[in-house]
Amino acid sequence: MLEPINVSLASLNLATLAPMLIAVIGALAILVIDMVKGGLHKSLYVMISLLFLLLDFGALIDFGGVFLKNGTVLGFFDVMLMDGIAIISQLIIVGASMLFIPLALTSKRFHEYNYPEYFALFLFMIAGFQFMVATDNLILIFVGLETASLALYTLIALHNRSKSFEAAVKYFTMGALAAGFFAFGSMILYAISGSVEINQIATVLAEDHYSNIGYVLAAVAFMIAAFGFKLSMVPFHTWTPDVYEGSSAALAGYMSIVPKIAGFVVAMRLFEFLVHSGVVWLQVILYIGVVVTMTAANIWALVQSDVKRMLAYSSISHAGFVMAAILIGTTQSNTGLFLYWTLFSVTNLGAFTMLWVNRQKNLLPGQSSDHPYEKFSGMIKTMPMGAVMMGLFMLSLAGIPPFGLFWGKLYMIGSAVSGGYTVLALVMALNSAIAGYYYLKLIVFMFMKEPMVGYDKFYFMNASTALKTIIGIAVIGTIFSVFAVNPLLEVITVFVYNSGY
Amino acid sequence: MLDHILTILIFFPALAAMFGFVVSKGSIRAYGVTVALIEFVLSLWLWYAYDPMVSGMQFMESAPLIKAFGINYLLGVDGISLFIIILSTFFTLIGIGSLTETRRIKDLIITLLFLEMTMVGVFAALDAIIFYVFWELSLVPMLYIIGAWGGPLRIYASVKFFLYTFTGSLIMLVGMLFMAYFYFQATGTWSFSILEWYRLILPENFQMWLFIAFFFGFAIKVPMFPFHTWLPYAHGQAPTIGSVILAAILLKMGTYAFVRFSLPLFPDASVLFMFPIAAIAIIMIIYTAMVAYAQEDVKQVVAYSSISHMGVIILGTFALNVEGVSGSVFLMLAHGVVSGALFLLVGVIYDRRHTKLMSEFGGLASVMPRYATIFGIMMMASVGLPLTINFVGEFLSLLGFYKQSHMVTLTAGTAIIVGAIYMLSAYKKAFFGPVTNEENKNLKDVNKTELFGLIPLVIVAIWLGVYPKPVLEPINNSVESLIQLMHDKAQSPEAKERIPNLADANGIISMQEAH
Repeated sequence: MLEPINVSLASLNLATLAPMLIAVIGALAILVIDMVKGGLHKSLYVMISLLFLLLDFGALIDFGGVFLKNGTVLGFFDVMLMDGIAIISQLIIVGASMLFIPLALTSKRFHEYNYPEYFALFLFMIAGFQFMVATDNLILIFVGLETASLALYTLIALHNRSKSFEAAVKYFTMGALAAGFFAFGSMILYAISGSVEINQIATVLAEDHYSNIGYVLAAVAFMIAAFGFKLSMVPFHTWTPDVYEGSSAALAGYMSIVPKIAGFVVAMRLFEFLVHSGVVWLQVILYIGVVVTMTAANIWALVQSDVKRMLAYSSISHAGFVMAAILIGTTQSNTGLFLYWTLFSVTNLGAFTMLWVNRQKNLLPGQSSDHPYEKFSGMIKTMPMGAVMMGLFMLSLAGIPPFGLFWGKLYMIGSAVSGGYTVLALVMALNSAIAGYYYLKLIVFMFMKEPMVGYDKFYFMNASTALKTIIGIAVIGTIFSVFAVNPLLEVITVFVYNSGY
Repeated sequence: MLDHILTILIFFPALAAMFGFVVSKGSIRAYGVTVALIEFVLSLWLWYAYDPMVSGMQFMESAPLIKAFGINYLLGVDGISLFIIILSTFFTLIGIGSLTETRRIKDLIITLLFLEMTMVGVFAALDAIIFYVFWELSLVPMLYIIGAWGGPLRIYASVKFFLYTFTGSLIMLVGMLFMAYFYFQATGTWSFSILEWYRLILPENFQMWLFIAFFFGFAIKVPMFPFHTWLPYAHGQAPTIGSVILAAILLKMGTYAFVRFSLPLFPDASVLFMFPIAAIAIIMIIYTAMVAYAQEDVKQVVAYSSISHMGVIILGTFALNVEGVSGSVFLMLAHGVVSGALFLLVGVIYDRRHTKLMSEFGGLASVMPRYATIFGIMMMASVGLPLTINFVGEFLSLLGFYKQSHMVTLTAGTAIIVGAIYMLSAYKKAFFGPVTNEENKNLKDVNKTELFGLIPLVIVAIWLGVYPKPVLEPINNSVESLIQLMHDKAQSPEAKERIPNLADANGIISMQEAH
């Protein structure tokens, strides 16, 4: 006779699930509302999503307080892991989502926002990302990753243009491949360590002194491929520009921020213990990956003729820049990663929102894509404030002080210097110079060329108070970021350091 | 108010520029002149309140900005930076006052006021990151000025200007981060304060690498041969006001940074690189003088002669003694006044004829006598005629280097004399002889707006040539403590010998002890 299984509810510590459950409940609530009364306006769903995200954010801040007092919180058979980096990354995920969701309130109608399912999927996706970062269990990471990705594919396709379908299918195919790689990698790690928890795996591997190094390397190769796809590292980046081009500018901006921070956190959990254990091969691969991703993406960005594609390549390059933190692997560099990504979120969201407000419903004759450089030609004369703001975001992305991203770059390069990676620091610095050119190209078009007839009537045609507010937040965040850097650094350092990274 | 005068000096123009968006287009010029005048008076007040007997930093301000990374809002002036700040405010005033541009004048004046903020900021900053912030930020308004109001190739010229300087400064930024990291290793806290860095004595090979990293940033800005290729384009395409500010102030950032960073932080490396850099300086002087002689465009002549004289400044700086460094700091001011004036003068004739080719002119002296006189005075100042402002600086710079090497100095001196040839020949082509071109017969002489800019410059050029003491003395005091600091920090015997010890002779205390 088997003993009845007896688990006390308290030991489960279900509270660790609270932030994700808030998002899930929000999604269900939206579906229920739609069932009870259909045909409601999108503004309702936007505000409901926003409210649930606010609750989610509040719960996370609460967890932050608990973490500072009692340290890492485990829950649900130790599957949930609420440590510092989980909390910080969830704050970034939820915070960026809160800035993103009002972008649905455009003045023009778009297909996807007519479906309440759009907002439900959006909240499910956030819950997925939250699960992904708040665990070190490979199975839950996989579940979170797939929940989020499947929702995201659908969101892209809902934009309802042929290019969006192409983008969604492309992303889906690539994502499925990456999921396969991830499963293979996890399987090998489980085979050699008998566990799916990353810290257990680390302990087992360290105990037998990496005698199975061949298997470890095979697993790492699969994992690098899997995260290469998710983080769009070269040479796994090929889907990125097409997917960005096919999805709406708002969603593209979102994709450049949130899925990546989730990927970074998992990569940090998985790769850093390996780097620290002296798996030289991984160090070399990461080093090459970082340098090639930064440089090659920058060079491709130089030759783009569409601003959105340029920003797609630029976000690949930024991701490569930040990957360097995982290679360096010091507390300073990991802090730098979160600082950089916070500042990047604000600026990049601003830049993509600027594209979004200038989105036209139909292309002009002879226009090859949604946002060619020529569209912004001479904008300083027709729409001076818009041009100044867009210029500001470009300067920030290029790393011109004192705007947002400069401080992230400064801290990241500083961590490379103090981590002993001199050459890497120089490569990072010089890449910023290359990147300067393509950001400048847009500024040149906006400020130094004559306006093109026909395009000026599209400027801000999509703008509404909500969108302008978001742009305003991004502008203020970009200009005055210097005052936010010190508090951010102090908080992030405490969280990262106390999680052992 | 004097406690925060530097903050006011930096941010007043920026704030005024913000308000300027509201001012209507027709009145923006008066607004710009008023703001620039207030700023200039404030900077004169700074000079008045400045104690010339104190060699260390004055009017210091400090506030933590990013404590966790040791970045502080740290400002201060000494004799070296004081006059360059005044020069910046002076030239912004003159530039706006004598503006003849009419296209989108509101944008231009607002941009100039933002530029003024960055210029004052660079020279007042004592924290490396604050310095870097203003240094980089100064590129943006200048990019816009060249790119929006320039000649036909303006976009190429402005982007080249931006990317060249941006690349150099990023390498410098890595150097700064290394400096901060070494400071962190030595003391356990991060700091980007230059004054704190002065206390750090680095091994010679570290000094060498860091010197090279900083050198890229500074040399491109100066610009030193072979990094000078962006400058003729920028000058050639920039509108008059852009060239004036670029030549008078922005280039000085590079030479100023050598004095502020390279010399005191890396004394051994400075001695080590003394002769290679002197060689580059001499190439700059001779090569660009020859190129200037071959130009047909009068603005290009002035541009290349400006690079040529920057070579003398570099030579004086790397004399590493009081005469040389004081002379080079003085020459920075002189070069600013003279080359700024020459670019203004070229702008005057360009506005009338819309060409800068010398072959189009000839005999202008009889048509525009006042113009020819002012041009003549400035040209004489440019070639270093005694009793003009350039002479003092050039003489001291060469005297300084003469103590290090006779041969190098003699070569440089000869080169400067040869350099006079192209200026005189350009002057002859444009101003003397019969008026051959019909279009030149009815040109109007300089008008009031233009005189507003030119007369003060002529006065300064002669006044400081005859009586340089009020400016030279504070510079000298600060340079003495700088040299003493370098001597104290130097480790190699050669450096100890090359950098004079002033403490024995006249009881100079080094910059660090002055605090």
